[in-house]
Amino acid sequence: MSSVLLIPLLPFIGFLINGLAYPKLSKKIAGIIGTIPPLAAFALSIQLFLNFDGNAQIIPITDWIQVGELSIPLALQIDQLSIMMLLIITGVGTLIHVYSSAYMSHDNGFGKFFAFLNLFVFFMLILVLGSGFVTLFIGWEGVGLCSYLLIGFWNQKNSYGDAARKAFIMNRIGDLGFLIGIFLLFQEFGTASYQEVFESVKSGSGNNLGLIAFCLFIGAMGKSAQIPLFTWLPDAMAGPTPVSALIHAATMVTAGIYMVIRANALFELSPEVLHFVGWIGLVTALLGAAIGLFQNDIKKVLAYSTVSQLGYMFMGLGASAYTASFFHVMTHAFFKALLFLGAGSVIHAMSDEQDIRKMGGLKSKLPITYLTFLLGTIAIAGIPPFAGFFSKDEILAHLYHHNILMWSLAIIGSALTSFYMFRVFLVTFHGDFRGTDHQAAHLHESPIAITIPLIILAIFSVGGGLINLPAFVGGNEFLAHWLNPILPEGANESLEVHFASLEFLAPLAAAFLPAIFAFQVYGSKKSVPPADADIRGIQKIIYDKFYIDEAYDFIFVKPINFLSNFFHQFIDFLIIDLLVETVGKIVKSSSNELRKIQTGTIGFYVFMMVVSIAIILAWTLKSWMF
Amino acid sequence: MQSIPDIIRTIPLTHYILLSSALFCIGVLGVLTRRNAIIVFMAIELMLNAVNLLLAAFSSYFSDPAGQIFVFFIMAVAAAEVAVGLAIIVMIYRNIQTIDIGLLNKLKN
Repeated sequence: MSSVLLIPLLPFIGFLINGLAYPKLSKKIAGIIGTIPPLAAFALSIQLFLNFDGNAQIIPITDWIQVGELSIPLALQIDQLSIMMLLIITGVGTLIHVYSSAYMSHDNGFGKFFAFLNLFVFFMLILVLGSGFVTLFIGWEGVGLCSYLLIGFWNQKNSYGDAARKAFIMNRIGDLGFLIGIFLLFQEFGTASYQEVFESVKSGSGNNLGLIAFCLFIGAMGKSAQIPLFTWLPDAMAGPTPVSALIHAATMVTAGIYMVIRANALFELSPEVLHFVGWIGLVTALLGAAIGLFQNDIKKVLAYSTVSQLGYMFMGLGASAYTASFFHVMTHAFFKALLFLGAGSVIHAMSDEQDIRKMGGLKSKLPITYLTFLLGTIAIAGIPPFAGFFSKDEILAHLYHHNILMWSLAIIGSALTSFYMFRVFLVTFHGDFRGTDHQAAHLHESPIAITIPLIILAIFSVGGGLINLPAFVGGNEFLAHWLNPILPEGANESLEVHFASLEFLAPLAAAFLPAIFAFQVYGSKKSVPPADADIRGIQKIIYDKFYIDEAYDFIFVKPINFLSNFFHQFIDFLIIDLLVETVGKIVKSSSNELRKIQTGTIGFYVFMMVVSIAIILAWTLKSWMF
Repeated sequence: MQSIPDIIRTIPLTHYILLSSALFCIGVLGVLTRRNAIIVFMAIELMLNAVNLLLAAFSSYFSDPAGQIFVFFIMAVAAAEVAVGLAIIVMIYRNIQTIDIGLLNKLKN
């Protein structure tokens, strides 16, 4: 039991040491102190995984809030789902810590960076380990805070600070919904602990389940960057690249999916909400993929791709394909972290250049990055037998049986994904070098601390599909069996897909054809995306992200600014200030007059005293005299 | 031989009240109108003694010795107070070479 507590505690200790002492620690020591906690937590998680007996375990820490009937304990829950999440977070987290120790080595805030990363890991672990919605919410808010801190890590630049605030505020909107959901849970069930809530739900008690599920899902929309709260994620790329990989691709943004899987009992009973989840996911997946088509910032492409992939996961949830969604969370964590870290390696080599139009021909200079990025691209495009193929196709297979329209739209999204990923890959690594001479002289393969995590993640991106290999190709569906106890009955019926069917061939075509097309355009012809000024027509609209940011600016930000200005200048100045200041002025001027009585002449004081005594006397004797 | 209370009682009580009221008013007027600190001081003593007189008279008329005891105490305290007051006046004189209370307006600032 103590080892379970140690898992979140170790990163927290790392945060305390690095956070308090970072100005005094050398970079080397800070890096070691920062990297050991997630590594140790990973080791403990593996031990936990191996020794797990199949029964969920609650580890109470303390009674947190005790007011009247309300009792909110602070406790951790160990079950199939949280162990899997533990492995992903600490495993990918450790690799990214190692990577960061090289990537951030020139940065002055090195120790601070590691402190924030450790704090993030701590909160993320609390999020997945919590035994109730309140504990989950602590982690939920904590990761939001760390995300804000790390997006704005290079806060000397104003736009980065803006991006950080945008992420924070967007998340707050979702969190409000989440919080209301928790309040409703308390109102309905008097508790927010998973076991009690889900037991009551399963026994058929409780009203308003749909509303609760919907409110919780609003939280997930904010955290997992779904329409309409997705615009913060692409902007979040302002943070250092390892942060994008860890927080904005592999772990934090999947918290929404984790939450929905965790609360599957609740969502299963509100089919209309599940339906909504599916469609939101679908629209997000298509929109993200479409915007990704023409972006030229390597990290922006990956960001929109993340938005799009998260959409796929929600689509899967919408079709009650919890295992498939979680499978995709896992494989996505591998290949998206790999792609981000690869992009980081490229950016590092290109002296902080992120525009793919100024790269090209990096293949020979960065062989390891090239190869691993290629593997990641194949994995995300869904080409068999890489990890992304199995996880995405499992979602697609469930969609096929759930709703054929959703399925066909998802296939289109899948084709877009394949195209934009190969586009980025080819423009970056193939063709001719288009950077400056200075950058050319600087080109070098990244140090070993960067390439090793790339290689490990590449191995997982290639072989990750084995975790849940479907039975009809000879797999044992490990993940499905593992997650079975926490999922609704019948959710894990394995789907048989025939090799010659449309269901099997369409995703394959969607993966291969766009890739071949991308090879034609960007590989053989060596075309380069046009400069900003030359982008026209529909391409321009997509390049400018469908003007969604501008629309939000127009619909929400501008009116609120206008209203604030109105209140500031009119209500505040003319009405409130006038009222308050008039009161002050009256007091001031009357005291100005009154102070003239205080002449300082003793004779006058004595006279006033006698007069006052006479008046008091007359007053007291009044009744007696008359 | 008549006792002192008996002698006091030979004059009606109203006379005592009128006399001490008159004395008290004179004292008040003295305090209000005079600017010489010594005279103000004397006027204060006048008021004090007007009260003393009244106390003694009532004490005799009601055969209650408490009033006379009060008078003794007031006289003793007044003596001490006079000593202090006169000392203050001496100090004022040493500082501003006058005992005109009209010039004592330093409290204003």
